[in-house]
Amino acid sequence: MTAGRCTAALLAAVLVCGLTCASTAAAEEAITEEYESISNANEHVQAQDDYARSQKRREITEHDDDQNEPPPSSSSSSSSSSSSSSSPPSKDYFKEELVIRPLSSGDIYASFQFQTRWDTDFFAPGKKVSHYRLFPKSLGQLMSKFSVREMHVSFTQGYWRTMQWGQPFLPAPPGAELWVWFQDSVADVDGAWKELTNVLSGIFCASLNFIDSTNTVEPTASFKPLGVGNVTHQRFLRYAVLPREIVCTENLTPWKKLLPCGSKAGLAVLMKSEKLFHSSFLSLAVHIRPVCQDWGCKGTAWELRQTVNVVFDLHTTGQGKREWSFFKMFSRTLTEACPLATSSKVYIDVTDNPQGELFELNPAAPSLTQAVVLGDRRTYAVYDLMASGTFGLLRSLNVLLRWKTPGSVDMLRPLLHGERYVAGYGLQTGEIHTLIYNNHPYRAFPVLLLDIVPWYLRLYIHTLTVTSKSRENKPSYIHYQPSKDRLRPHLLEMLIQLPPNSVTEVTVQFERALLKWTEYTPDPNHGFYVGSSVISALVPSVVAMDTSYTLEHPLFSTFFPCKEESSYFVRVYTEPLLVNLPTPDFSMPYNVICLTCTVVAVGYGSLYNLLTRTFQVEEPSPGVVKRLANMIRYLRGVPLL
Amino acid sequence: MAAPLTLVLIVAVTIRAVLFSSSLAEPLMERVEVVSPLNAWKRVVEGLALLDLGASPYSGDVFHETPLIIYLFHFVIDYADIVFMIADGITAVALYLAVQDYNKTVFRKQKYALEADRYPHDCLELIRTPKEMYYIPLKVALFYLLNPFTIFSCVAKSTCGLNNAVIALFILSTIKGSAFLSAVFLALATYQSIYPLTLFAPALLFLLQRLYIPVNFYRPSFWLFTLQYAVMYLGSLCVIVCLSFFLLSSWDFIPSVYGFILSVPDLTPNIGLFWYFFAEMFEHFRFFFICVFQINVFFYTIPLSIKLKEHPVFLIFMQIAIISIFKSYPTVGDISLYMAFLPVWSHLYRFLRNIFLVSCVMLACSALFPVLWHLWIYAGSANSNFYYAITLLFNVGQILLVSDYFYAFLRREHHLTHGLYLKRKDGSEATLVLK
Repeated sequence: MTAGRCTAALLAAVLVCGLTCASTAAAEEAITEEYESISNANEHVQAQDDYARSQKRREITEHDDDQNEPPPSSSSSSSSSSSSSSSPPSKDYFKEELVIRPLSSGDIYASFQFQTRWDTDFFAPGKKVSHYRLFPKSLGQLMSKFSVREMHVSFTQGYWRTMQWGQPFLPAPPGAELWVWFQDSVADVDGAWKELTNVLSGIFCASLNFIDSTNTVEPTASFKPLGVGNVTHQRFLRYAVLPREIVCTENLTPWKKLLPCGSKAGLAVLMKSEKLFHSSFLSLAVHIRPVCQDWGCKGTAWELRQTVNVVFDLHTTGQGKREWSFFKMFSRTLTEACPLATSSKVYIDVTDNPQGELFELNPAAPSLTQAVVLGDRRTYAVYDLMASGTFGLLRSLNVLLRWKTPGSVDMLRPLLHGERYVAGYGLQTGEIHTLIYNNHPYRAFPVLLLDIVPWYLRLYIHTLTVTSKSRENKPSYIHYQPSKDRLRPHLLEMLIQLPPNSVTEVTVQFERALLKWTEYTPDPNHGFYVGSSVISALVPSVVAMDTSYTLEHPLFSTFFPCKEESSYFVRVYTEPLLVNLPTPDFSMPYNVICLTCTVVAVGYGSLYNLLTRTFQVEEPSPGVVKRLANMIRYLRGVPLL
Repeated sequence: MAAPLTLVLIVAVTIRAVLFSSSLAEPLMERVEVVSPLNAWKRVVEGLALLDLGASPYSGDVFHETPLIIYLFHFVIDYADIVFMIADGITAVALYLAVQDYNKTVFRKQKYALEADRYPHDCLELIRTPKEMYYIPLKVALFYLLNPFTIFSCVAKSTCGLNNAVIALFILSTIKGSAFLSAVFLALATYQSIYPLTLFAPALLFLLQRLYIPVNFYRPSFWLFTLQYAVMYLGSLCVIVCLSFFLLSSWDFIPSVYGFILSVPDLTPNIGLFWYFFAEMFEHFRFFFICVFQINVFFYTIPLSIKLKEHPVFLIFMQIAIISIFKSYPTVGDISLYMAFLPVWSHLYRFLRNIFLVSCVMLACSALFPVLWHLWIYAGSANSNFYYAITLLFNVGQILLVSDYFYAFLRREHHLTHGLYLKRKDGSEATLVLK
């Protein structure tokens, strides 16, 4: 009886799925056509809105369909019936994980990573990818339309405090950051970049459309591709930061809709905006890159990583008590894994707590695992959400960390750390100071420093000084692209060798420009933001890094490719700067135009006067009566008086 | 006569040398009244630094000097102080010699006129005597070298001093009658900052006058000489521009120097009229007003040349003054050049109407510039309008000064032909008016 009902349900599901897929495929084609025709007419804004809206609608229906389907491993019939093509279906899978790291400051760091991998090629000649299953279609179409090879976008609220919290798994600067590597087949990279930012702005409901040539740069060395591929000329790279971007629910919602399960199941149910935005640091990111399909790297697969990094504050969220639970952090508990996921895990960093003397975990972790991450071997308690035993009798998982001792954990100082500030007073000139700390006791290592300064702070590169341990430290490589007014920013890239256990200070002077009154932001006296400096480095590792590809790693340890055992890659973002500029009086345009024109007219008038008139002896003008009499005499024809 | 000049030079150099080594030199280099984006020393150094980094100095929007300047300082960067002192010395000596020669010409003409009995008899008190003219060249040198504006400009190493030297050499070679050198220096001055282009007319008039060629459009000799001078001028301009091209092998300097002067993209405050006007300008009127303001500088050349065709040296003075008032990035160094000519017109003093007022305005403004700048930029207790108001007043003062000298000059000429004590028809004492 039950078996019969099951098959009937399965049949119905397959039928429904096939129908909806056919109809949505037609709709999707219509949308694509419409979108292309609009975008060809260069109406970015309109296009991006329509596109994003229709895409979002499409996503929802698609994911709902997906949820009706059984997981891919159990059934291949549904995928083959819906793909309706003769080629074998390309393999895709979805993994989700959550890492929780108690920070020495008492705060807690939660890092979500969702990986969607798809063994397909968007750019294979003669083949148009039109069927999407787990991979979000809006991003897939974006990739193929703009020939994007690699795309990294992040939206961050708050500043990551490296000295208190250590290194994050995925660094991101405050505000919005976008960097894209285009395929080498793209001829007009700037045009593609402009359109891409507008479309992304629609997809994520963010102000990415404010990215233009005045804040876009092509770094030569700091942002190398993270995926496979051999194009490394910076001609195909575009990098932009919007330090002023405010991240809010409207960015989180479209972000969540890119997930196969949306926010309906799996780890994503924890992402409730009222809790996530009530935190010290929140960073949403989407990374797309080509990766190897297998260990031999015979074909490329596309990897989409969606990440959320959040730091909950001990005092505001935790009410001062060092006691954290899923419910306290997210006001939700976990009840199931995402049915579409092949792996769904929760990791809790228990390295400082091997015997449970610092804090206790409740429920106790079913297993422990070790991973080498950021140059350190860490131990993690693992809760596998795919295992049925994890959820216990209550059918929900609410991991509780309770500290036994109020004392804080000693944190190893991060080996690399950066700070930045503006020195000087007044609104005429100033000096940018960047401090880079190498806390390694005996190893020197080189770092790449990337500075992007808007054109209205005119840098004087001859004032650049780099000092370490009060001695001049000449950079071995400097790439400086001066700014063009209203066209492009300053780009300064340097390779600096940091001596062991030292602070390296980089200073450069600038001059503040007076802008046109229409170029100021609506709150000009708030100041202008300058994006974070980016410090990229290969930091000497304490333990041997894992460079083998044969083992299954947790997602958080595999973002930056690791090529050698002795060092690991770190990117550190410094604080963004807030710089005041001199302002004109915004209420005065008419007055100024009138007054200046008056002065010019005084000059013109006095010269005109002297040029056109001649000197004459002033004769006293006759009185009124005499003039009247003369007029009558003139009419009478008698001689005048 | 050489001894007092040497003394003045020594005093001037000493003052500059002392200031160069004092703590005043550093803040002066940042003063917006003294340096503009066009001629700031900091930007010259930046251009050289960019060259050292392997980038074109014109790839950014900081450096706006001509390639010849960068070539010059590529070699003498370590002796920049001396170069600027020498430039000031050259300007002073050139003006000294030029004025000396000019005075001789004036005196000779006056003698001929007296002998021909062309002056009315009551004009004897307008006749200039050799005694009062004797010290004028020295006063000119003194006015240039010891003018605080020149000193500040030199100590701030504003390349305006070099432009002044080129213009002074142009004046000297014109007055000495060397058409070729005059054309070369005029081309060099034009190459440096476009605006001296308007000095072409007075130079041509002076040279024609010197060769006794009347300004008559029906005379081939007039056209022949005009063509000759124009070809020399354009030829040397062409040579200089091509030379600049070969120095850096790119034409980037044309938009970066001349485009920058003409389109005024940098709104850094200065003592001129452009910066605040274009900071507050409505975007769609911007181009129109840029055209109006730039034409305004060149516009006066033709009517002034017609009115003053008998007095080309006064015309040169007028043109330099107009340029320094209405140019897009003026500095006090530009003002000091035309101020050096004021002693030459000391005989006009009796006809000046508001010299006292103008002097007070100029002095008060010069003192108020740094005060209001400090209040706006550092103290934050004033806003940009305060500084703007002072630049307006300063420019009104300059305009009044120049038009007053123009008035006095015209009036003196009128008296020299019509007599000093004019009578009305009824025999009572008359007053002169412009009609």
